[in-house]
Amino acid sequence: MTGFFILAILALAFLVTFQIAKSSEYVSILKGEEKTFQQNNRINAFLFIVFLVLGLAGAWWCNELFYEKTLLVQPSASDHGEQIDKMLWMTLVVTGLVFLLTQVLLFWFAFRYQYSEKRKPYFFAHNNKLELIWTVVPAIFLTVLVGFGLFYWFKITGDAPKDSQIVEITGKQFNWMLRYPGKDGVLGRKNYRLTDASAGNQLGVDWEDGASHDDIENTELHLVVNKPVQLVINAQDVIHDVGLPHFRMKMDAVPGIPTTMWFTPKITTAKMKEITGNKDFVYEIACDQMCGAGHYSMRGIIIVETQEEYDVWIGKLKPQYAQVMDDKQKASPVTTAPADTVKVSSTPVVSKPIAQNR
Amino acid sequence: MSSESTIHSQEGVISSAVHEAHEVHHHHHEESFISKYVFSQDHKMIAKQFLITGMVWAVIGGLFSVIFRLQLGYPEMTFPILEDIFGKWAAGGRISNDFYYALVTMHGTILVFFVLTAGLSGTFANLLIPLQIGARDMASPMLNMLSYWFFFLASIIMFASLFIQTGPASGGWTIYPPLSALGQATDGSKLGMDFWLVSMAMFIVSSLLGGLNYISTILNMRTKGMSMTRMPLTMWAIFFTAVLGVLSFPVLLSGAILLLFDRNLGTSFYLSEIVVKGEILPNEGGSPILFQHLFWFLGHPEVYIILMPALGMVSEVMSVNARKPIFGYLAMVGSLFAICILAFLVWAHHMFVTGLNPFLGAFFVLLTLLIAVPSAIKVFNWLTTLWRGNLRFTPAMLFAIGFVSLFISGGLTGIWLGNSTLDIHLHDTYFVVAHFHIVMGVASMFGMFAGVYHWFPKMYGRYLNNTMAYIHFWVTLAGAYLIFWPMHYSGLAGMPRRYTDYTNWQSFNMFADMNRFISTVAMVVFAVQLLFLFNFFYSIWKGRKVTTTNPWGSNTLEWTTPVNPGHGNWPGEIPEVHRWAYDYGKDGRDFISQVEPVGANESKH
Repeated sequence: MTGFFILAILALAFLVTFQIAKSSEYVSILKGEEKTFQQNNRINAFLFIVFLVLGLAGAWWCNELFYEKTLLVQPSASDHGEQIDKMLWMTLVVTGLVFLLTQVLLFWFAFRYQYSEKRKPYFFAHNNKLELIWTVVPAIFLTVLVGFGLFYWFKITGDAPKDSQIVEITGKQFNWMLRYPGKDGVLGRKNYRLTDASAGNQLGVDWEDGASHDDIENTELHLVVNKPVQLVINAQDVIHDVGLPHFRMKMDAVPGIPTTMWFTPKITTAKMKEITGNKDFVYEIACDQMCGAGHYSMRGIIIVETQEEYDVWIGKLKPQYAQVMDDKQKASPVTTAPADTVKVSSTPVVSKPIAQNR
Repeated sequence: MSSESTIHSQEGVISSAVHEAHEVHHHHHEESFISKYVFSQDHKMIAKQFLITGMVWAVIGGLFSVIFRLQLGYPEMTFPILEDIFGKWAAGGRISNDFYYALVTMHGTILVFFVLTAGLSGTFANLLIPLQIGARDMASPMLNMLSYWFFFLASIIMFASLFIQTGPASGGWTIYPPLSALGQATDGSKLGMDFWLVSMAMFIVSSLLGGLNYISTILNMRTKGMSMTRMPLTMWAIFFTAVLGVLSFPVLLSGAILLLFDRNLGTSFYLSEIVVKGEILPNEGGSPILFQHLFWFLGHPEVYIILMPALGMVSEVMSVNARKPIFGYLAMVGSLFAICILAFLVWAHHMFVTGLNPFLGAFFVLLTLLIAVPSAIKVFNWLTTLWRGNLRFTPAMLFAIGFVSLFISGGLTGIWLGNSTLDIHLHDTYFVVAHFHIVMGVASMFGMFAGVYHWFPKMYGRYLNNTMAYIHFWVTLAGAYLIFWPMHYSGLAGMPRRYTDYTNWQSFNMFADMNRFISTVAMVVFAVQLLFLFNFFYSIWKGRKVTTTNPWGSNTLEWTTPVNPGHGNWPGEIPEVHRWAYDYGKDGRDFISQVEPVGANESKH
């Protein structure tokens, strides 16, 4: 019913607008076209100034409303994020000034040089000096922005420190799976053809590789504060993206092509609760690459904690391999080969070539 | 001249490629309805066909955005009327997730390709090229007609895909595989995706036929005296647009065909090591990233294919209505050329976070930010064109000025996103949505509106209603900023795009009020576009008649034709051109048409 009313009101509004519009044409014929043109021209010129003033005021008001809700009011949760924030402010200042200058000139000129019978337009076809100025000056500013941008870019995308914690994160429709390398610090080899969620191997780990035996699988990403972490990022089905808004970091998860991303978390979850004044604060992993109908629900959790807290947490978890073997033994204790007979490879195995798509 | 509107009185003759100046117009052939309005080879009629088909698509695409904005603005509400219309897609009056993604995907596809490429380039390239360079028609009217009908075919296929049981494509307008390759991954990647790909293949054929025609016409069929540097900027813009399209669309075609192979023939171009819904696929060795390279090699030039005709039309409209030459004509041409070249060299800036080699990424940062230089030149040149002019705010001029404002606002955020360091943070957030909607979507739309208002008298021999035009302009300009300006803030909060619902996210659920506001404004703006369409169709038959051949006091050749030009454009000989298109306010004269010989005492510029 309301829908019907809305439609009726809309139709009425249309009709009224149309009648006014049509009658204005007749009025203009009565008044003389030239006079109507001048009147309309003045109104539109005035509206340009109104638009400029209201627009700038609106931009200010919008900032008042929403600035607090952006991440700009929070310190970045990672060291890379701090550099990104610096770059962001630098860019904001440069583009903000250009924005103000050009928009004010545009609307001011529109108002100032509105049609007048008296004015003779100034025939001004070109001026090499002026054109050179606004080629060179933007070029200089852009060079500076490119320079700083690339400086930070190479820092952020450079090699991870050797002592980095390594965690593997795998996306699938529509959740994240984590794997920690265990005591040996090496992730066991994977083969996607071995994937079998019903047998406890949802990541397709190759149990033949001894390095996999102490790997721990989980659904929460636990990081140690002030310790660099390198995420090894995979996807099983379609492209996902590990988006970490509070850390200002992001990297696609591409099926068949593992990617990496590293950073150093700076603020524990507990500390962030204090900073934001939100006792339920939690770092979230957002999927940032459209991945299907449940894309919007592909949420993960990050806990940043101290080394001691982390050690306690990880100490309680049982390696996936042990769990699988336990389950197997429970299911058919006679036929299963004992777990220890699997040859433990002595050479440290790089889990999989960590390509960066080079 | 005939007092009937064009559509009734056009006396064009459908003789293929008769370009001689003989008196074709005095034969008064009785044309059949079919040859005049349907399979017409008159560039002006084809332009109208493109424009009106584009309008139909714009209403569909715009309506889709209104529907999905309902979901974003009012996630907790139900709309039983949606269930009445869309059935299972909106069961219980709530937009299903699949439906939401289908709507978003089709909104993007329709607006980018069918409205802003075909509707914009197709309309104004066809209408203006022969008229502004002084030719009787396109180099090949036949191919031109085919170009429209391939577009029509593409439209039919895409439209049909909306009615498939499993829905149309729903993997985003960028259709990244593996999502778009695997029917198991999402319903939209079943039959709907095949329709999408076949439709795009037809669309690309249409675009190539059109583009080759535009290029050859501009290069070969200019009238006597019309050197390249005497052409209006619209011609340069359309020329570079066509070059971009001809060189980049085939790459998308190859990408689409490989995707069709992956989908239907078991190849592995884009697929490797995939486990989808527990099913282990045999494909190994492909790369999903390859598709992104192929897609964006078109995809980025595509945004300039959309924008450049608008750049050209705005320059022309602005100069005419400032009664002053465009400032820095050669710099304007040069910057169009620079944009055209750079457009090919920046595609990977869409891929900074795909795992692209950072060293390679650095080059794309540099080249991307370089585009800001020609863009800045254009903006400052427009400002200088306005400076000390005598501005007439015709509806077209309003939209031209609005265009510059939007081009600045959206262009500057490009400097943020083109910088890979910032892109890490802002990639795929609402900041991107705000950026490209302002600079590519709304700005190009403004260019198109400027074109429609300016050349409507040429198309139909009548004027559009000014009052409705003013309402249209002011509401649309204010609405565009009200919709997209706040999105920068949610983007700076890291809010990802393409989510149907943010309520479960602690990091992003604080923007519910903003989303409701944006949705409301979007509906108002959509309604005002309907007002424009009403104005358009009403004025075709009932608008105020144009009584003079040159209503805007313009220098270019299209205004030397009769009010309702027939097929062949000029009843007699094609006029000869003696000067550039921008002698406004020179030597104390209001304007000097391009066809007027240079006087002995005329000052140089």
